[in-house]
Amino acid sequence: MTGVRAAASPGPSDALLQVKNLKTYFKTRSGVVKAVDGVSFEVAAGASVGIVGESGSGKSVTSLSIMRLIERPGFIAGGEIIFQGRDVVGLSERQFRAVRGRDLALVFQDPMSALNPVYPVGKQIAEALRAHQALTSTQAMERAVELLALVGISAPERRVHDYPHKLSGGMRQRVTIAMALANEPSLLILDEPTTALDVTIQAQILDLVRDLRHRVHTAVLLITHDIGVVAEMCEEVVVMYGGQVMERGHVDQVTRDPQHPYTIGLLTSTPTPEMKGHRLATIGGTVPNPLHMPPGCPFQPRCPQAMDICATPPGLRAVGDGRTVACWLYEDSAPPAVITT
Amino acid sequence: MASTDQQKEQYPSQGSAAAADEDILLDVRNLKTYYPAHSGVLRRQQNWVQAVDDVSFTIRRGETFGLVGESGCGKSTLGRSVVRLEKPQSGQVLFDGEDVLAQSGRELKRLRRDLQVVFQDPQASLDPRMKVRDIIAEGLVVQGTAGRDERAHRVADLASVVGLREEHLDRYAHEFSGGQRQRIGIARALALRPKFVLADEPVSALDMSVQSQVLNLLNDLQEEFGLTYLFIAHDLAVVEYISDRVGVMYLGKLVEVASSEELYADPRMPYTQALLSAIPGNNATGRRERIVLSGEVPSPLNPPSGCRFRTRCWMAQSVCAAEVPVLREVAPHHWAACHFAEAS
Repeated sequence: MTGVRAAASPGPSDALLQVKNLKTYFKTRSGVVKAVDGVSFEVAAGASVGIVGESGSGKSVTSLSIMRLIERPGFIAGGEIIFQGRDVVGLSERQFRAVRGRDLALVFQDPMSALNPVYPVGKQIAEALRAHQALTSTQAMERAVELLALVGISAPERRVHDYPHKLSGGMRQRVTIAMALANEPSLLILDEPTTALDVTIQAQILDLVRDLRHRVHTAVLLITHDIGVVAEMCEEVVVMYGGQVMERGHVDQVTRDPQHPYTIGLLTSTPTPEMKGHRLATIGGTVPNPLHMPPGCPFQPRCPQAMDICATPPGLRAVGDGRTVACWLYEDSAPPAVITT
Repeated sequence: MASTDQQKEQYPSQGSAAAADEDILLDVRNLKTYYPAHSGVLRRQQNWVQAVDDVSFTIRRGETFGLVGESGCGKSTLGRSVVRLEKPQSGQVLFDGEDVLAQSGRELKRLRRDLQVVFQDPQASLDPRMKVRDIIAEGLVVQGTAGRDERAHRVADLASVVGLREEHLDRYAHEFSGGQRQRIGIARALALRPKFVLADEPVSALDMSVQSQVLNLLNDLQEEFGLTYLFIAHDLAVVEYISDRVGVMYLGKLVEVASSEELYADPRMPYTQALLSAIPGNNATGRRERIVLSGEVPSPLNPPSGCRFRTRCWMAQSVCAAEVPVLREVAPHHWAACHFAEAS
């Protein structure tokens, strides 16, 4: 057993972030929405992990839970989020404030939601710096200029005085990345960082993130609906559907040889040059109503290989090569529940 | 071939000299759609936004013409101009030989039957107070082409064609998921048996697992009803999959046109090369070396002289600032607007 555990996942010592059986629910008038329902994964120091899923998969709620940004009627109903050895779920808001923005930083999809429209961008970066470091305002402004230069903004000594509305979408996203990196976080969470951007600007931002990862040695957790972006940016991928993890593993392996029927469906229904002139594979039906999730595997009503047993939660099981799959098809391959301790 | 060079410069997508006019359903000539730009305290008109600037291309009967480009390039304005949802400044849109832009009143209403639209956001384009049955039938009512019984019959037919069930017809649009709403939008577009459908970002708002259902449906309908599509999308992989030919736009100009296979395999215009190389995942599969463009798209209020891409182009020379490159045939059936299309 211990052998399997060691092979299947990195030991707890080298994990920067461990999410264990996380449950984030929302109380609504019509019932409880289990937006995240038993999610487990790890991010090692300096690693890059992508969470991929469609709308309603729970990927963004997962990242907001890690940042402690879940607001009522949402709440963390169970599980642990262990960051740098400490369970942040139990921390008070005041204790967590020392972590958020310093060791743990977040970049949102819409940079305007992270920037204050009435202050110049330099001042905002300086403020982020001074919240966690003892710097004079002159020192902080100097550092802000350096950070803008680091994220590839030309003439940074002039740009620090610009207001957000003067910048284009791509430039604004660079500024929020500069702000996130201000205190040299050990984990940078990027939640759909390029979804609102054009494809050539997306390429610039992804290039920047990849380059920065090597220069400042920060771990990256990338949340996206685009498996192509994950394939390019990350070493590991977590595939989510209906609030649960369907499959985890190395990006190359998962994209080349998907194991879970949902991942298989997703990858084969994506248009590719090879599919031109052929009918695309489809996943029948639609994403289930979050108020009425099916029992057991959330993908079961749309799964071409569904069986009676799928009404029972399959649990993540290791299938070798450090990969885990939540599917009854792999019942025989390994003992279940390697990490959901 | 040489004698028709001049003509080809004007009408870039005429497949070959032999291609008879019969084959061409839509012939767009020198289309310009400008918006007035006001500024200053008195809101005086200062300038024009050249959203679509001197664009010419043709679409053959039964084909899917894909149009790609980044936000603000004018692809949606071009599509909307073609079906008269925008009023172009000048140019011609010949539909089956008739100029759509020159028609008005009854003639225009008749033409509109043949030119239908599927919009990006089915939430915004379907009336929330109408039942699905009435949404689909609205065009039939407006055109007055069918009696009550025939309408009911036709609506039921359309619903089954696009994969909706009979009981869905008495519900409201908000009761449906995004994919099903797009099916309603498609049924409405097909109600008048159009020849031509403008599909403006029809799958962009849909989840990945539903997108392929709608793409398959569009392909099936094209085959069944002999439809011609102008398919606009920013998703380059979707456009490659569904299109027979593809046009690329940059800052209001059509800069390259070729068959889908040819364009994606051998782009000639540097902008197209950069755009295609930016498709995420392409790098991982090693399909193409990534070209990262520096800078941003210039303002369409004040586009660069000559080639509009020159400010970001790594191949730019002095000629690029001096002369506007015309869209010319750089390889058989492959048109590019670049002074150095042969070199790249």
